[in-house]
Amino acid sequence: MFNRILSLLTASLALAFISAPASAVTPTEPLWPTLKVEYFGDRAESILEDADDWLTIEAPKRAEDAAIVPITIKSTLKPTADKYIKNIHFIIDNNPEPYSANFHLSPDLGLVDISTRMRVDQYTYVRAIAEMNDGSLHMVSRFVKASGGCSAPAGKDAAAALARLGKMQIRMRKPTIGEPVTAQVIVSHPNYNGLQFDQATRRYIREHRVTNMTISYNDKELISVDTGISVSEDPSIRFTFTPTEAGILKADVKDSKDQEFTQQKEIM
Amino acid sequence: MHRISLSVSALLLSLLITSCNSESKNESNNNYPIKEVTEGIYYHQGIHQDASEENIGAIANVGFIIGEHCVAVIDSGGSYLEGTYLRQAITEKTDLPVCYVINSHVHPDHIFGNAAFKDDNPEFIGNEKLPAAIAARQGFFAKTFKETLGAAYKGTEFISPTRTVSVGDPITLDLGNRKLILTAYPTSHTDNDLTVFDQKTKTLWTGDLLFMERIPVLDGSINGWLSTMQQLKKLDLNYVVPGHGTASDDLWQQGFENQIRYFTTIHDEIRVIVDNLGTIKEATETVGITEQNSWELFPNYHRRNVTSSFVQLEWE
Repeated sequence: MFNRILSLLTASLALAFISAPASAVTPTEPLWPTLKVEYFGDRAESILEDADDWLTIEAPKRAEDAAIVPITIKSTLKPTADKYIKNIHFIIDNNPEPYSANFHLSPDLGLVDISTRMRVDQYTYVRAIAEMNDGSLHMVSRFVKASGGCSAPAGKDAAAALARLGKMQIRMRKPTIGEPVTAQVIVSHPNYNGLQFDQATRRYIREHRVTNMTISYNDKELISVDTGISVSEDPSIRFTFTPTEAGILKADVKDSKDQEFTQQKEIM
Repeated sequence: MHRISLSVSALLLSLLITSCNSESKNESNNNYPIKEVTEGIYYHQGIHQDASEENIGAIANVGFIIGEHCVAVIDSGGSYLEGTYLRQAITEKTDLPVCYVINSHVHPDHIFGNAAFKDDNPEFIGNEKLPAAIAARQGFFAKTFKETLGAAYKGTEFISPTRTVSVGDPITLDLGNRKLILTAYPTSHTDNDLTVFDQKTKTLWTGDLLFMERIPVLDGSINGWLSTMQQLKKLDLNYVVPGHGTASDDLWQQGFENQIRYFTTIHDEIRVIVDNLGTIKEATETVGITEQNSWELFPNYHRRNVTSSFVQLEWE
């Protein structure tokens, strides 16, 4: 999904709309009909827009900071052996790279309650598409007003960001075995998206971003998220899970320069 | 007789021409009023609004200091058009050339007028991180402000400093019997802040290290800026020109106290939320409500300050 050619195609498609009105207002041509074919091929027409009663996206109507837009995806569907969510595809229609994240979920996660932070470049629909174990696709969407999240400069303090690169934190409230607990994994990373132009060198600042974050408990994968350039600096995944026994919560991060970072926390 | 009357008419004619010129000078003065801070130090006070075509981006304090040989400009305005008004205002006070254009930091309301001073062939000066900051933001600023400022944007150029100041290594400029000390700071309001101190009158131009009346905007480091504020409020100064708000001899210390109070409140309230694994959403809804009546444009910028501070304080 993050194939370079594919994303370049999408970028040029999106740019065609961005350069014309050059404003924060949604382009007049909706991109979704094209995007869904690009990302889901033959299955595009089978996407059901019926998930509103069991799947929700929480996002601000108007973002305070376009580079840090909090997004929450929640599901009230209790996973069973017959029916569970395998993936949640997250798409931001009017971003330079609309396909923003792919959450691979384990049924061991229980009820899905996942939050992250995204960059939003133009007023846009954001979409969560749940892919079930039987292959069916179910979508919910929301409109977010924000602009400049991708083209605004990388960080407020570039030097500090680089000094901290790769540091990780796993934070959670005091867990009780058998009870759901909310945890957060954050990794310090500038997540350069390759779209910031350096006038001094007349070149784009090379992309250097997190490509995957995998969270596991006692070596069983809970969430593995493939991330694109829409994810904010210092990627953060906040989620809820229920530890059924004592053990180690582990987070592994990979980035586009093949660097790896890891952190773990014991639950007793 | 004939020669005398000719010279008298010539005199009368030149007086007439001069008075006509004065009239037009006064008109432009009314459109772009300049206030004197103290001897040889003048500024235009920015309006507490977001930049627009109507206000030509003149939302920050910009001004100049006159020495015996030349003039230093401190921040050039929020559009090329404002820059031309500032240049005109200098002409009304002195014929001396502009030798320095000093940018306090990278934000558009402080640097967009730079091109209006090109004819003076001045040295452009800023914090050592200013060139990189301009390069990183140029594309985004050009796209956004072309739209926001409309006709006022025309002529705006991005001119980087040719001389820079490093943190820990202040420089001194001499305008002719008038020394200015330029100081760079570790990341505070932005990662490229610079102040200008006039030794003669003990006047400090703070750039956006100090906002008065208008809500401060965080585009740097909350902790870094708090530390810088604590430092600056203790200085022995007679006058302070803030980045936004009224220049004064007696209000600036309270100005720093207010700003310290604002960011300390945000810091402490976010700290509690972060420690309890609260969310950005909770923080933007509850943090700093007590400050809402203390600052102009609070609804426009406060929640963004909270969001920026939140992600920084996760790493504190």
